[in-house]
Amino acid sequence: MGMTITEKILARAAGKPSVKAGDLINAKIDLIMCHDVTTPPAISMLKKHGIDRVFDPEKIVVTPDHFQPAKDIPSAELHKRLDQWAREKNIRYYYPLGRAGVCHALLPEQGHIRPGEVIVGGDSHTCTYGAFAAFSTGIGSTDLAAAIATGMLWFKVPASMKFVLNGTLGHGVCSKDVILEVIRRIGTDGALYRAMEFVGPALKQMSMEARMTITNMAIEAGGKSGIIGFDETTRAYLEGRLKGKTDYTVFESDPDAQYISTETIDCSKLEPMVAFPHLPSNGRPISECAGLPMDQAYIGSCTNGRIEDMRQAAAVMKGRTVKIRTVVVPATPHIWKQMIDEGLAQIFYDAGCVISAPTCGACLGGFMGILAEGERCISTTNRNFVGRMGHPKSEVYLAGPATAAASAVEGKLTDPRKFL
Amino acid sequence: MPKAHVYKRDHINTDEIIPARYLNTDNVAELAKHCLEDLDPGFVKKCTPGDVIVAGDDFGCGSSREHAVWAIQGAKVGAVIAHSFARIFYRNCINGGFYPIELPGALEKIRDGDELQIDYEAGTIRNKTQNTTIRFTPLPDFALAIVRDGGLLEHIKKKEKGKTENVR
Repeated sequence: MGMTITEKILARAAGKPSVKAGDLINAKIDLIMCHDVTTPPAISMLKKHGIDRVFDPEKIVVTPDHFQPAKDIPSAELHKRLDQWAREKNIRYYYPLGRAGVCHALLPEQGHIRPGEVIVGGDSHTCTYGAFAAFSTGIGSTDLAAAIATGMLWFKVPASMKFVLNGTLGHGVCSKDVILEVIRRIGTDGALYRAMEFVGPALKQMSMEARMTITNMAIEAGGKSGIIGFDETTRAYLEGRLKGKTDYTVFESDPDAQYISTETIDCSKLEPMVAFPHLPSNGRPISECAGLPMDQAYIGSCTNGRIEDMRQAAAVMKGRTVKIRTVVVPATPHIWKQMIDEGLAQIFYDAGCVISAPTCGACLGGFMGILAEGERCISTTNRNFVGRMGHPKSEVYLAGPATAAASAVEGKLTDPRKFL
Repeated sequence: MPKAHVYKRDHINTDEIIPARYLNTDNVAELAKHCLEDLDPGFVKKCTPGDVIVAGDDFGCGSSREHAVWAIQGAKVGAVIAHSFARIFYRNCINGGFYPIELPGALEKIRDGDELQIDYEAGTIRNKTQNTTIRFTPLPDFALAIVRDGGLLEHIKKKEKGKTENVR
């Protein structure tokens, strides 16, 4: 029986010739992502249990991102603990403030993500890295502690669901619209415990940035991981970028691999989507919801804070001004600089936006654009749960960067295609 | 006797269990004060040690924050019974030595305020109020071993100690 790409990667990591869905395995971890919220508790646990060690300081990437630059005294203390530990353990790839960025944008950009590897991170959106044909999943602090100390973790091999993305994306429609449609169809637990494997011709026209938006939100359907096969786009992105080891293994699913389900999406038929409160599965096409007044727009996050997202938002805002508070958050220092070099920062300034330092910021209700009672925010982020960006009675509407920018310009939910 | 706090909801997410505005600390006592704050602001006050949270599908969806489990443990909740759990939350429970009870149909079998007695080894819930006994599928052995040891790190430590002793 054939294996899926996920089964092949996990078999390799478990040192077995083959595995199948449901198998319990002990897998070797190739890379661990650490940030400021979940890693400090992991460090404390390791110290408390007297196993204060690091399995390999070359295989851990550390960046503060959620509350950086420190938003208050308690978060400053978290950063201090993270900083002291990273220095004490000689973590090779530590990105302190100034080089720090939103983890899931930073690690791929800085060349830490290799195809075929098993990657874990103390963050649910760690599934993002699956865009590089890797197995990647989010874990909590205890798992993180165990992985840091031992370089091993147990997994149940997930069954795979196949998502065939057919057709081509229309003008003004982006990969965020695709994943919001997927989640709308299957629900926020539609992929619970599963690997979501994305295939199909529509992926060919998507950059690595666009693909990462798709795998990033696998967790919003309950998925254990999201994964996209390796191709020329992947190879070109990685060339000259990888840090440390530059070789990698490419796995692909066998033609007779087993899938628990197959869902086909005709991307040609999609229009810009908006997910209404309070679940990412509440997606609606913009034609059915345009006109709803908004109080704030937020453009950033690990889902849509990359340079391509900034370009899409700027294309809408160029020569226009925003009617509502608009916060633009480039996900990494490099993207921040690119925004200046490409003239995007000027466009956002002229439009009346504020540009922040790289941070997860208000996406999770941290800071940098918190909502008051009753306010509505059109946001390029990934979750619209109750109270996610501020007051429990505020509302978050999820969309792609062009839709968020167009809605900022009009002060209400707006189809971006009229500006493009 | 532990009482049930029933929430007839699916997808109770980690932001409702512990809002991200409190994630600037990992102090369990501090987190416990805000347990379920955005779902039921009165929860912490009415929860007595050992009480049980009962909910529908996909409990704990969203973030990987183990703070959600710590807030629940810190609030002295004895158990969470749900139709199903989100994957990372479920794993975090086991890793923290907290037993997540998966019980399809729990919302039909348990009413708010019911007095419950749970036997984890046997996989039974005695509903004293309704005078019924409900069976659930116990955790698989490897997960049970982690919970019994008090969590994953305790479990690893025990195993490593065992290895060293064997070498000697």
